Amino acid sequence: METLWFCVIALLWLGYLFLEGFDFGVGMLLPFLGRDNTERRVMINTIGPVWDGNEVWLLVAGGATFAAFPGWYAALFSAAYLPLTLFLLALIGRGVAFEYRGKVDSDRWRKVWDTVIFVGSWVAALGVGLVIATTVLGLPIDANGDRVGSPFAAITWQAVLGGLAIAGYALVHGAIFVALKTEGEIRERARRMALTMAPVALLPLVALLLYVAGVWALPVLLFAGLALWRLWAGREGQSFALMGLAVTATVVVLFASLYPNVLPSTLDPAYSLTVAGAASSPYTLTVMTWVAAFGTPAVLVYQGWTYWVFRKRIGVQHIPAAH
Amino acid sequence: MDVLELARWQFGITTVYHFLMVPLTIGLSLLVAAMQTAWVRTGNERYYKMTKFWGKLLLINFAMGVVTGIVQEFQFGMAWSAYSRFVGDVFGAPLAMEGLVAFFVESTFLGLWIFGWDKLPKKVHLACAWAFSLATMASAYFILAANSWMQHPVGIVLEDGRPRLTSIWAVLTNNTTLAAFPHTIAGAFAVAATFLVGIGAWHLWKKSDETGVWRSSLKLGTWVGVVAFAVLAISGDVQGKLMFQQQPMKMAAAEALCHTEEPAAFSIFAIGDVTRPDCENVKSITVPALLSFLANNDFTSEVKGIQDLVPMYQEKYGTNYPVDERLGELSGKPIDYVPALPVTYWGFRLMIGFGAISVGLGLVMLWLTRGGRVPQGRWFPITALAGIATPFLANSFGWIFTEMGRQPFVVVPNPSGVDGVWMFTAQAVSNSTPGEILTSLIALTLTYGALACVEVYLIRKYVRGGVAGVIPAKTDDGALAFAY
Repeated sequence: METLWFCVIALLWLGYLFLEGFDFGVGMLLPFLGRDNTERRVMINTIGPVWDGNEVWLLVAGGATFAAFPGWYAALFSAAYLPLTLFLLALIGRGVAFEYRGKVDSDRWRKVWDTVIFVGSWVAALGVGLVIATTVLGLPIDANGDRVGSPFAAITWQAVLGGLAIAGYALVHGAIFVALKTEGEIRERARRMALTMAPVALLPLVALLLYVAGVWALPVLLFAGLALWRLWAGREGQSFALMGLAVTATVVVLFASLYPNVLPSTLDPAYSLTVAGAASSPYTLTVMTWVAAFGTPAVLVYQGWTYWVFRKRIGVQHIPAAH
Repeated sequence: MDVLELARWQFGITTVYHFLMVPLTIGLSLLVAAMQTAWVRTGNERYYKMTKFWGKLLLINFAMGVVTGIVQEFQFGMAWSAYSRFVGDVFGAPLAMEGLVAFFVESTFLGLWIFGWDKLPKKVHLACAWAFSLATMASAYFILAANSWMQHPVGIVLEDGRPRLTSIWAVLTNNTTLAAFPHTIAGAFAVAATFLVGIGAWHLWKKSDETGVWRSSLKLGTWVGVVAFAVLAISGDVQGKLMFQQQPMKMAAAEALCHTEEPAAFSIFAIGDVTRPDCENVKSITVPALLSFLANNDFTSEVKGIQDLVPMYQEKYGTNYPVDERLGELSGKPIDYVPALPVTYWGFRLMIGFGAISVGLGLVMLWLTRGGRVPQGRWFPITALAGIATPFLANSFGWIFTEMGRQPFVVVPNPSGVDGVWMFTAQAVSNSTPGEILTSLIALTLTYGALACVEVYLIRKYVRGGVAGVIPAKTDDGALAFAY
């Protein structure tokens, strides 16, 4: 039962990285891909109806960790206090910015919110990568699960590499998404940008996986390579799906290397939080299993329907001139 | 300040702030869904305009509620990790359910509603409005179940010094939750109702276009406000009786009741210092026996005062904090079982007072605008707009009362429940440095402050713009007319 919930939490993180990964990417690329306000609106409208639903995956991942592994939730969140604070501020900023940028017709107003989206998306993507790398690679925690050392103990070079890994993945994923969801000049530009930057942008991810799991980094490399090949061939849909496989492989490799720990202690392996040790009681896990068994398929159906409703590509001609 | 104080201030500030947005979202989203239903059923353009206008204000507010909610969920682990470890087996479940069952629906269908005006069939689009507005209520239910468990832990056994969940059903049907839910939802409707009344009255006074929209909004707001107030009074009375059984100290603190009284009088207003429980220098205007009625449904019952409750609490839950370095200055010190009396006493009265003003205002406004009349004086719009603040204040004071009134506990012992399950707030904080919490406290407070200015600015702008400001211009494609 504990192992099942370990897998559920990995699945929730996967959903989050796959979905919010591209909306982070769109925000991170906003000033590079969107040359004028109309193009930036095209980009934001590709994620407009869905980014909020994507973000709920994070809340559920957090809530499920709290419910299923309170020890993990308490230790990780309190140890990574400052990075998480920054992450939250970034999420607050970009969330509000999406809603507010179009509410006042002024170039200065939009510019401010565009900057917030851009910075917020970068910081949030780096932050989530840092937290995931931290839980996989461990923290200096004592027998009680409390962090030993300074507030910056969570910021190691490996954790920073994790941040860069997820940020780089989000860049490529976001560019492919823009190519998939738009038409005209911006689609072509997004495609070219994804292809040229991918070798550099995906480097930290490959490095992280090599460091964590050695040869198991290869499937990710393979899927990402295939994704770029399909993109090069002009098949954005296939490319986007292959990026999904790449991130699936990433999550599988990272969480498999973590198991049976949930948060290793870098001080003494005896202090490491394990799947068995940090879990809630069997009753709580059973309750949660029922809720997840009915809830998750429903979420997938209606979120899938949302993407179907908004399946049409968007181009500059759809944006009303005056707003 | 130490970690405990900083973490408490942070929780207080972020929660009160979050709960400015939440009730408006809950109340307004259901009212907007009702307006849209009226439009779809009757085809009357007035209801379409109402949906668009109030829907726009709803969206401006909704975004803020969402982003400040994420902070709430993360905060338990970040700043209150000892609490999270202690209660995780029970407390995490309703939070996770909220995300999985309610919040997913809310966010997804709101996105569909915003962008789906021209893409979805009318009735499907309307169903999206109902889906997200009902989901906001479901969200509130799960969160209140979690909060009520802290006030009144049920459905558990004690194992290895921690509560272990034995019945999720007991947690979800906790009588404290069942009373708190209608009270909170009615409080949310009171906020939305006064919002409609205040803005509607202002537009009538301005002689804006679309008089019908404003008149209907004012009327709807007033009647929703009256019903909400009735529900608030009834559910509040039920809550009072539960509090008398479950948290007698909170009851006494609400009244700053020093000595046990039989029958007990209800204090309407006090002059003097209610800070300390000797109360010798407090003059209070009272209604005889009313407190007995509020507590126990008769005019004769005894209500215990603080001076008698303190020894009882000391006997049951100890006189001193355990010696533990994590408790810092409080380690081994005597436990103060008396909540901050000025806060609880005045918080309770301000909650009731502002709530009453808000409903009274609605009725006065409706009377003044009867039969097409509109008062000419400047006092009219000023009163109407200032009145919008009253239910917000009532909600905030209510929560401040109920959360401060349970101190020094974070998990209040259940007198009829499992022995040994309680936690002092001082034991709940993370092993953080004060610098960490101070950093996030300052950063969040500044960010929230700046965003409050932006939200108020935007709401003002769209209120002034009236109906014309929210009806989208038709484009060739039409698809994105309502988009970002």
